[in-house]
Amino acid sequence: MVRMLQYAGQAIVYAAVAAFIGYFASRPLYQQFPDGQAQIKLSFAHGAARTRECRRLTPQEIAKLPPNQRRPNTCDRARVDMHVQLDLDGEVIYDARLPPTGLAGDGPARVYKKFVVPAGPHTLIARLRDTREATGFNYETRRDVELAPGQNLAVDFKADAGGFIFQ
Amino acid sequence: MEILRAPLRFVFDRAERLLGLVFPPHWNPMLNLGALGFFFYWIITVSGIYIYIFFDTGVTRAYESVAYMTHDQWYAAGIMRSLHRYASDGLIVVMLLHIAREFALDRYRGVRWFSWITGVPVLVMVYVAGITGYWLVWDRLAQYVAIVTTEWLDRLPIFGEPIARNFLSPANLESRFFTLMVFMHIAIPLIALILLWIHLQRVSKPRINPPRGLAIGTLASLLALSLVHPALSQGPADLAKVVGPVGLDWFYLPLYPLLENWPGPVTWGGAGALLLMFCAIPWLPPLRKPPVASVDLPNCNGCMRCFNDCPYNAISMRVRSDGLPFEREAVVEPSLCVSCGICAGACPTATPFRRASELVSGIDLPDMRVAELREEIETRCAFRKGEPRILIFGCDHGVSLRGVDGASVKSISLRCAGQLPPSFIDYVLSKRLADGVVLTGCAENSCHARYGIQWTDARLARERDPMLRARVPRDRIRVLWAGRAGRRGLDALLRQFAHDLSELSSDASPVHTPDTRERPKELVNG
Repeated sequence: MVRMLQYAGQAIVYAAVAAFIGYFASRPLYQQFPDGQAQIKLSFAHGAARTRECRRLTPQEIAKLPPNQRRPNTCDRARVDMHVQLDLDGEVIYDARLPPTGLAGDGPARVYKKFVVPAGPHTLIARLRDTREATGFNYETRRDVELAPGQNLAVDFKADAGGFIFQ
Repeated sequence: MEILRAPLRFVFDRAERLLGLVFPPHWNPMLNLGALGFFFYWIITVSGIYIYIFFDTGVTRAYESVAYMTHDQWYAAGIMRSLHRYASDGLIVVMLLHIAREFALDRYRGVRWFSWITGVPVLVMVYVAGITGYWLVWDRLAQYVAIVTTEWLDRLPIFGEPIARNFLSPANLESRFFTLMVFMHIAIPLIALILLWIHLQRVSKPRINPPRGLAIGTLASLLALSLVHPALSQGPADLAKVVGPVGLDWFYLPLYPLLENWPGPVTWGGAGALLLMFCAIPWLPPLRKPPVASVDLPNCNGCMRCFNDCPYNAISMRVRSDGLPFEREAVVEPSLCVSCGICAGACPTATPFRRASELVSGIDLPDMRVAELREEIETRCAFRKGEPRILIFGCDHGVSLRGVDGASVKSISLRCAGQLPPSFIDYVLSKRLADGVVLTGCAENSCHARYGIQWTDARLARERDPMLRARVPRDRIRVLWAGRAGRRGLDALLRQFAHDLSELSSDASPVHTPDTRERPKELVNG
């Protein structure tokens, strides 16, 4: 009789542990994104212009270089900051000067930003300057979008593809 | 740290005792946490191999292949998937309990730092393996895990291009990333297994398999859970949509909401600080280590009992170096010795009956020698006449003996129950120093020095050398393995034992007719 009670007790322990594992393996639900909202994700990595134009080396400068490193041109490694702006319905929601990555400042500048916005119609303008100019933008794209609740709109940038890509 | 350890110890003591009501001592899950961890690992491995047969690693086919397993082949691959999931969760549960229990019982400092430190990367590896596993299903939970993980990694300024861009939109998604995840999900558990092997290197005779009954019960409960509540996917991932409410696995992903919402320096700093603290715990504060066991070569005949009984591989047997006619001698490795004294309890020369020569055993604790133990017994056994006289040998880590001493009860404290050579019980009873002897210690299967209880039981049952002589009346011996929370049980046992002793004939000698066949044969100087 005692043994039967012990087996019953063991069964209760096993059931309780199984229920504990089974429940917390997927519950309670976690909601990380508010209802009725959409998301705009601005993300890209892009190398801006070099801080100075490449120039031709003089014959004397070339002669000073080790034979296996002689080349006609020299370019600064460092890149200028990239200026990025994102307008939503006429309001600037993101405005940043992004430095190049890398120890020598020669890598691409990168951005990865998320914006939670109400679902519905919106006008987006994305701007970018990657030149040595001090003002203005050499890339600008305007897009009217209808964002559904829970939609994720990615704003990418590819210079080869002509600029900003909304997808 | 004792402020933290004491309440945790109380909780574990209670849990062990509660589970002890329905489980036999060797089946008690709380006393088999490490072995259960291994058992879950093997379930995960077998089920993982099976579901890998049906899994498609392509990003567009991964979800479909998992759906096929779950719904079309629910009776085999579906159950295996659920077993894989729930055994992984079980692994986390027993690992965390194992860590907390070792901490509560102060079994992580001193020479045990090695097992603690090597356990830290195992914990990290198990979490990483679990997280990559969730990734592979490529459902909405996988999407959430992939995005939060990569965004968190991107907060370290080491990637030229944000790796979270791989999940920017459906157009950015590539199967190559999935191939990497599959590789990691297989490679990391294998690395964890190697680390587990290292984790056990300083533990002799580690218990890596749970008792059969416990294993069957555990597997049956996981199978029942898999049938009643199978693991399901949470809808296909869609990078064009934000993940809505998601069912997190709270065993693996409890910190994900924090990783998502807290700043990078806080989460990375916190993770680094937590890891550092885990690694530093064995020295917060360091254990004040008592002197380690030492060998007295003139009294060591190389019998290997100490070598066989040491729970920490701290004793090795080497070629005799002193010219005595024995093959081997015992050598103690100080960095591995925990000073539990089990070796002294195993030494056949540690017999209190020796009077012709000084009582020096072949191996002993320098600050707690068997000669001092004999002296203490003789001093302590000054009882008032009239009542049954009881002498308690109590392990420091077991039942508290504070206040137990009285007119008819005396106690002697030991590092471990296994430190007591059985001949001392014979000595107490045959010399009529007491009418009865009580041995107490840690809870059964929960010995602080791992094997003190097991070896003591075997010595008393005459199953392991050095054995308690057959002439010693067993009705004058009581054993209580109850842990620190067992004081009430000890008091009850003492009352009953006193009653039992008083019923035994007062004329009867506590010791039966001497049996010369039982005399220790291995005494060097005896």
